[in-house]
Amino acid sequence: MAILECRDLSKRFGAVQALDTVSLKIEPGRVIGLLGPNGSGKTTLLKLANGLLTPTGGEILIEGMAPGNETKSAVSYLPDKPYLAEWMKVRQLLDFFQDFYADFDRDKAMEMLLRLNIDENMRIKEMSKGTREKTQLILVMSRKAMLYLLDEPIGGVDPATRDYILDTIIRNYNPEAAVVISTHLIADVEQVLDDVIFINQGKIVLESSVDQIREEHGMSVDQYFREVFRC
Amino acid sequence: MEWIFRSDLPIYSQLVERIKLGIVSGSFRPGERLPSVRDMAAEAGVNPNTMQRALQELERDGMVYAQRTAGRFVTEDMRVIEHTKKQFAEEQIRSFLDAMGKLGYRREEILSLLAEEKEEEHGNT
Repeated sequence: MAILECRDLSKRFGAVQALDTVSLKIEPGRVIGLLGPNGSGKTTLLKLANGLLTPTGGEILIEGMAPGNETKSAVSYLPDKPYLAEWMKVRQLLDFFQDFYADFDRDKAMEMLLRLNIDENMRIKEMSKGTREKTQLILVMSRKAMLYLLDEPIGGVDPATRDYILDTIIRNYNPEAAVVISTHLIADVEQVLDDVIFINQGKIVLESSVDQIREEHGMSVDQYFREVFRC
Repeated sequence: MEWIFRSDLPIYSQLVERIKLGIVSGSFRPGERLPSVRDMAAEAGVNPNTMQRALQELERDGMVYAQRTAGRFVTEDMRVIEHTKKQFAEEQIRSFLDAMGKLGYRREEILSLLAEEKEEEHGNT
């Protein structure tokens, strides 16, 4: 069964059609890039998958179920905005995640925090923007989930940390789980992706594997994206 | 070694070339056990499915072989390795001749330049 499936999924905000009859399936064992220009519907799609928004039309299913309490235990979501309580220390966040998620691996989180030199006594409000983003990502990646939905996970971090994050995604690879990375930093993530979904103005314009694009067009996904979305 | 990929070719086929080069140049020795797919993927900074595909291609070419539980090993068949090495050499020579041709050199001139280069090398040692 597909881990994530959308059937004619639509979402409208007033006059804006954020998603327009999107149908797609995401299978286990795949790392997928959700790629599109700003305002194309990437974040809306990920929010729908987490039940933070409800569809205007069609449906979205996680392992065959509509998003809800049950699916939240299977989905590890990194939102596009900071969401951790400012006053909390890293250690308290670890407790928090441990309480909330049965699949949270505290040792793994500790190891990553150490690697990235993040002190567990630090409070979120004392952190730089980049360190906050790293901390959020560490928490999200330390769960043993079926589906990781990462909304712009590498946008605000330096290139060395970016490499470490991508390495973490590779090492975390689980043939039963799927990872969806929404980003416009395509060149950086291209090598770790199996498949890409191009989305524009709420519609899917392309679904392909990375190597298929390279084979058929003789260019990288990054270059191909620039062609398709030339302004 | 750092893995840098060209943008105009599939990643898996570039992995195949890189690993073949590693085998013919001796970084991977005949009969040596290869690291796990996951470790090789992490080393190259690529998706494990892509590395898996590259290794399957190398298996088809006879450069590596799989043993059901023990993992993958570099071939011990020296003929296969020598043959692949020769292919790499031919490729290098073709692109060299091509580049020299573009500079306007004819075969005899190229050969005499190569001979001069060789003498210089001897002179230096």
